[in-house]
Amino acid sequence: MLQLDRLTLTQGTFRLTADWSAVAGSRIAVMGPSGAGKSTLLSAIAGFLTPTTGRILWQGQDLARLTAGERPVTILFQDQNLFPHLTVAQNLGLGVRPDLRLSAADKSGVETALDRVGLAGLGQRRPAQLSGGQASRAALARALLRARPILLLDEPFAALGPALRTEMLELVRRVADETEALVLMVTHDPQDALALGGSLAFVAEGVVQAPTETQALFSDPPPDIQAYLGRK
Amino acid sequence: MASRARPLSLVAPALAALLLALVLAPLLAVGWRGAGISLGPAEWAAVRFSVLQAVFSAVLSTFLAIPVARALARRNFPGRGVLITLMGAPFLLPAVVAVLGLLAVFGRSGVLNAGLVALGLPPISIYGLHGVVIAHVFLNLPLATRMILQSWLSIPAERIRLAQSLGFGPRETFRHLEWPMLREVLPGVALVILVICLTSFAVVLTLGGGPSATTIELAIYQAVRFEFDLSRAAGLAGVQLAIGSIAALAAWLMTSPAGFGAGLGRDLELSAPGGWRKAGDIGALVGVALFLALPLGAVLLRGLPGLGEIPASVLPAAGRSVLVALTSTILATVAALTLALASARRTHLLAEAAATLPLATSGLVLGTGLFLLIQPFAPPMSLALPVTVLVNVALSLPYLYRILLPEARALHADYGRLADSLALRGWPRLRWLVLPRLARPLGFGTGIAAALSMGDLGVIALFAGEHQATLPLVVSQLTGAYRTEAAAAAALILVTLSFALFWAFDAGGRRAAA
Repeated sequence: MLQLDRLTLTQGTFRLTADWSAVAGSRIAVMGPSGAGKSTLLSAIAGFLTPTTGRILWQGQDLARLTAGERPVTILFQDQNLFPHLTVAQNLGLGVRPDLRLSAADKSGVETALDRVGLAGLGQRRPAQLSGGQASRAALARALLRARPILLLDEPFAALGPALRTEMLELVRRVADETEALVLMVTHDPQDALALGGSLAFVAEGVVQAPTETQALFSDPPPDIQAYLGRK
Repeated sequence: MASRARPLSLVAPALAALLLALVLAPLLAVGWRGAGISLGPAEWAAVRFSVLQAVFSAVLSTFLAIPVARALARRNFPGRGVLITLMGAPFLLPAVVAVLGLLAVFGRSGVLNAGLVALGLPPISIYGLHGVVIAHVFLNLPLATRMILQSWLSIPAERIRLAQSLGFGPRETFRHLEWPMLREVLPGVALVILVICLTSFAVVLTLGGGPSATTIELAIYQAVRFEFDLSRAAGLAGVQLAIGSIAALAAWLMTSPAGFGAGLGRDLELSAPGGWRKAGDIGALVGVALFLALPLGAVLLRGLPGLGEIPASVLPAAGRSVLVALTSTILATVAALTLALASARRTHLLAEAAATLPLATSGLVLGTGLFLLIQPFAPPMSLALPVTVLVNVALSLPYLYRILLPEARALHADYGRLADSLALRGWPRLRWLVLPRLARPLGFGTGIAAALSMGDLGVIALFAGEHQATLPLVVSQLTGAYRTEAAAAAALILVTLSFALFWAFDAGGRRAAA
């Protein structure tokens, strides 16, 4: 279980609070106006921002003691998810062993992961030789390979067209199913939130609200979500 | 940030503190010994001459660079790119070689005086103030030209097109576009050159001297080497430090980080006026090309025949120089990279201070301090080469740091979080992220450091006994002994090694980055 225990995050004058928990394997879309603090929340869980007060716990353990790399977390950023000077296979390998001393089993694991996301045979390419969709797939393949129990997606597909984005969401669901990961996905698009399934945590006015079942929320939205969605 | 201390986060402050101590300890020794020493008329004359020659050199280099930069900015001709590239070379040219070349052209038996005598005119002497200034202009005019050219080419194209659409002639273009740009950039250019000339030693050692043409640096050298008056040397070093600090601070504040290798080859936007202005531009370019090429050509012509019978001292000295250059370059690169990576993560005052402080000093100031520190424990001569390595590390650190810092910052901004989230730390982070991404600036920076260290004649002159001379010192000694041909041959070897070192590191970096 992921617990945000009376969490307060501050960046300059900006303040964000959250106080809720989610069971392992949940799918949570994080939605809200620009600048509301969606990325800030993900940064804190990933270990790039120290909470001002409160705790972030995973299965009862406080994550504060762990560095970003030690946390049970894989994060996909908006861009720069792959190192441009390394091959796709090396980029994946880093997710298994940062020193890239890969055993034969590790290497075949990389191949399998590439195969699973539809990039079979492209392991020797550099990121610059991939399309935007392929780069996203490679990043997801690394998430699959790392199989960390929390998967954070900070709008990694924002630059892709609608059709590709649908494809990627499909892939996210498959990766999450296979790794049984809890997914927190930042998005602006209600369709994405619905496609992810599960629940939605709305962020506004400095508060990350507790996740509520997405379908139910959209069929009877409270006023602030109604205002955000632009429905009368 | 994660709360647990990473090993690297302790390495950088420790290293910064060590480097600061390396520079501060000699400075304190100088201050301790030099405090209360009252300077006599001879010392004040040295102070005056130091400032005078530096101001003349800086002003002359800067103003002569303006027409050259303008010609390069608005004319397109075959060989323009080559000429601009060659302008980068004198920065790496060992000063002793430049002096030798200038002697061949302007010296007692040089080309110029041969011409004057043939015309029945009295010969001129290159020794003294004007000789020192000519040599400094030779070494720094190209640097000034490149800096000014860079800002000429950074005038926004839109503004140039606007000026052209308004029908501006050359006069209006100068008044409304070029002069405002020049007013911004010229003080910084002049200050950078002033700092370089204040600490210049090799040039003054050969072309200066005597009561009327001795700089502080030369006076320090004479006090240590000939009079063995360490208190006087320390007093002089204190004055040099004070003047150097003020000038370096001013230059630091006035200039933005210089892009040594930045592309200067964009499409020409400025219109190229004809008439006398065209003749003027051609004159400026031909003049500067001759001024730079003739002395170097003379070294080549005189040196080649001498290569067959180089003095026995040359080859061992070359070996020592390469060893000193490589050792100090490796140490300086490790230090600069560590400091730059720490500074890229967050503002790191200790690292910033450690990388900046050496700018205020000079080889002979640090050398005097180290001499004072070592002398109670061991004969300084026995440590000539290690001391030279240390001083070279300190003096090349600011250059390397300034080249690496912006790149390290970009690396941190682009990939720092991804690397952190993948637990990429320590050696794997260096191996798989930092070295490949920074290969190009690392290669360029180490190349510069190696060439500067190879050609430097400073602290070694204070310490060297017979068996520790580096190649620049040997060239200088041969020049001083009027063994011109042998000196030119040794100078050729020195130049070749300096540029080979630069090329090897720079090309290595570019290849690793590709």
